[in-house]
Amino acid sequence: MHIVVCIKQVPDSAQIRVHPVTNTIMRQGVPAIINPFDLFAIEEALRLKDRMGGKVTVITMGPPQAEDALRKAIAFGVDDVVLLTDRAFAGADTLATSFALAQAIRTIGAENPVDLVFTGKQTIDGDTAQVGPGIAKRMGLQLLTYVAAIDEVDLEQRSITVQRRSEGGVQVIRTQLPALITMLEGTNQIRFATMENMFRSARYVVPQWNKDRAGIEDASKIGLKGSPTVVSKVFAPKPKAIKAQMIDVSQGPKATAAALIDTLTSKSARLANELGLVAY
Amino acid sequence: MSENTTPAAAPTAAPKGKKRLELDPRLAAYQGIWVFVEMERGHVHPVSWELMGEGRKLANILGVELGAVVLGGSGVDTQMASAAAFTYGADVAYVVCDALLTEYRNEPYTKAMTDLVNRHQPEILLLGATTLGRDLAGSVATTLLTGLTADCTDLAIDPDNRGLLATRPTFGGSLLCTIQTLNYRPQMATIRPRVMSMPTAEPGRIGRMVTESLNMVENDIIAKVLEFIPDEAQEQAQLAYADIIVAGGRGMGKAENFRHIWDLAAVLGAEVGGSRPVTHAGWLTADRQIGQSGKTVRPKLYIAAGISGAIQHRVGMEGADVVIAINNDPNAPIFDFATYGIVGDAVHILPALTEAFRSRLVVNRRAG
Ligand SMILES: Cc1cc2nc3c(=O)[nH]c(=O)nc-3n(C[C@H](O)[C@H](O)[C@H](O)COP(=O)(O)OP(=O)(O)OC[C@H]3O[C@@H](n4cnc5c(N)ncnc54)[C@H](O)[C@@H]3O)c2cc1C
Ligand SMILES: Nc1ncnc2c1ncn2[C@@H]1O[C@H](COP(=O)(O)O)[C@@H](O)[C@H]1O
Repeated sequence: MHIVVCIKQVPDSAQIRVHPVTNTIMRQGVPAIINPFDLFAIEEALRLKDRMGGKVTVITMGPPQAEDALRKAIAFGVDDVVLLTDRAFAGADTLATSFALAQAIRTIGAENPVDLVFTGKQTIDGDTAQVGPGIAKRMGLQLLTYVAAIDEVDLEQRSITVQRRSEGGVQVIRTQLPALITMLEGTNQIRFATMENMFRSARYVVPQWNKDRAGIEDASKIGLKGSPTVVSKVFAPKPKAIKAQMIDVSQGPKATAAALIDTLTSKSARLANELGLVAY
Repeated sequence: MSENTTPAAAPTAAPKGKKRLELDPRLAAYQGIWVFVEMERGHVHPVSWELMGEGRKLANILGVELGAVVLGGSGVDTQMASAAAFTYGADVAYVVCDALLTEYRNEPYTKAMTDLVNRHQPEILLLGATTLGRDLAGSVATTLLTGLTADCTDLAIDPDNRGLLATRPTFGGSLLCTIQTLNYRPQMATIRPRVMSMPTAEPGRIGRMVTESLNMVENDIIAKVLEFIPDEAQEQAQLAYADIIVAGGRGMGKAENFRHIWDLAAVLGAEVGGSRPVTHAGWLTADRQIGQSGKTVRPKLYIAAGISGAIQHRVGMEGADVVIAINNDPNAPIFDFATYGIVGDAVHILPALTEAFRSRLVVNRRAG
């Protein structure tokens, strides 16, 4: 079985600051990490491989530095990686990203046919959850989003049975391979890198593919050119002008609680009314 | 594996990122705003009506019709949903009713939607950013080869070119960006539940029905739903639509201290939520996380205990009418946007609050 996992290197957005004057993102010194949601995809792919044998290839599209993310993936135990990097990919929105990734996966599959593609649920910088469905549609793969568990893969029957989260419940779905799975977060825990894999990762030469190597002929479908959406404005959220009205806490918890309820009944009368609070 | 996409309306010339441009005449034929009415097992997701309210405003600005897309497996359900859509502002309902649409599956839903779009050509298509809506939106946008802006928090019309201005948080909520789909139609966007307010229904308001067929048989569909396991009603947190929420953060210190949160919630008849560190630590289940990567809520009252008020948390709860924050750090960011602030140890304040509410509520909301 050949599994391809798509991962993205993202800035650790917990550490992003916005410049107070220019409203631009201050990326300097912000560490880059593997998109946290993608770790669930890597782990699930590795578990399938443990169970059924085969090969796991991880691919990312990004700047040359994204090599670090791939090296990390090698340390977790994946077999091969591909870095899709080319200036022509810059400025891609989800449609252009899914085109480039789909084409690269086809090229990977030409040597060793791909049975399953994994993506994370969403990225923490783009946050769209659209690249997975996009790749599936472009490649004609069966799409399985928000997968919480893989019950069965039958390579003879070419079938796969999964549990997918839907509104208000879980759907148990059976469909055919090749399929694309977007893995739900919290469904597994990424394994520790073994010493052996860490050594392998350190020595590994990450193959870099430009658009030609990825098999992309039509440059109008990638990067900024292939993106129907354009960002017309980036700005910082308006700070809400209100400051909290502070409740007096000097008389201990009991008095504080009473003071809060008095304040609610006088200042937020509608809410107090709906709650059924009595004013003393 | 083959290219499986057909462009709905691709541009003749590549857009140069200019704002003011003449729309290709083929694209100008795309008119009207559509809202997808998300229905599962006969129940319409309220986000559909929230979007209908928003779609109505945009349609009025553009002077076009507001359409409701109703897909479902039973005539009764699709009739009811269409009738409801009219009361929330739709002028016309585009209905595909077919037994194959009874349960959500990507293939038949994508086909139903893309066929409708290709045939009736709306300029804007809005869907709820639910699990179903995101699955469908991504598939439809790629199939039609058009632009999609996900998880928007604000929608407006560009007076220069009548295009949709879709604003969404980016970089974990630290920034907002406005996105336009210039030379492609339809312009698609998803919006999370509770981001837009619920419109008031206008009983008796009616509209036109346009019915189309799916033109598919079961054998065309590869995916089979073997089983549906509904969430146990009690277990599933109905956070998004809760009127009162008591939420705890890392400042609660440890899992056991969450009993103070649950106690207060019981007295108020509230739902319980939390910040991300709390769900990550397993103090609460993941479906109770509020914020950027959790749920968006819009309660009448939000009580935040031991929550710092980081932007990623704030974007999920700032639609609350009244926010009471309890934090032992007087400089915690949450006090910058809470309505009422209590500086103190939440572990001591919460039990006192629970007692005070218990004695001063006319009726205990939940016999607790
Ligand atoms: C991409 C991304 C997505 C994210 N998504 C979310 C999300 O959806 N939801 C979310 O919540 N976060 C999210 N986060 C994390 C977010 O940035 C914050 O780290 C998180 O909200 C902090 O949670 P907290 O306030 O509970 O903890 P902390 O920041 O640790 O704050 C704890 C607070 O408790 C106070 N405190 C301590 N002891 C007490 C006490 N005894 N009594 C009262 N107060 C006390 C402290 O003063 C402090 O203000 C996301 C981050 C990223 C990068
Ligand atoms: N540049 C990229 N390279 C590889 N995979 C990506 C890239 N962008 C997105 N993905 C994959 O698509 C998923 C959804 O991304 P998004 O649509 O941006 O939320 C991610 O979790 C990744 O698995």
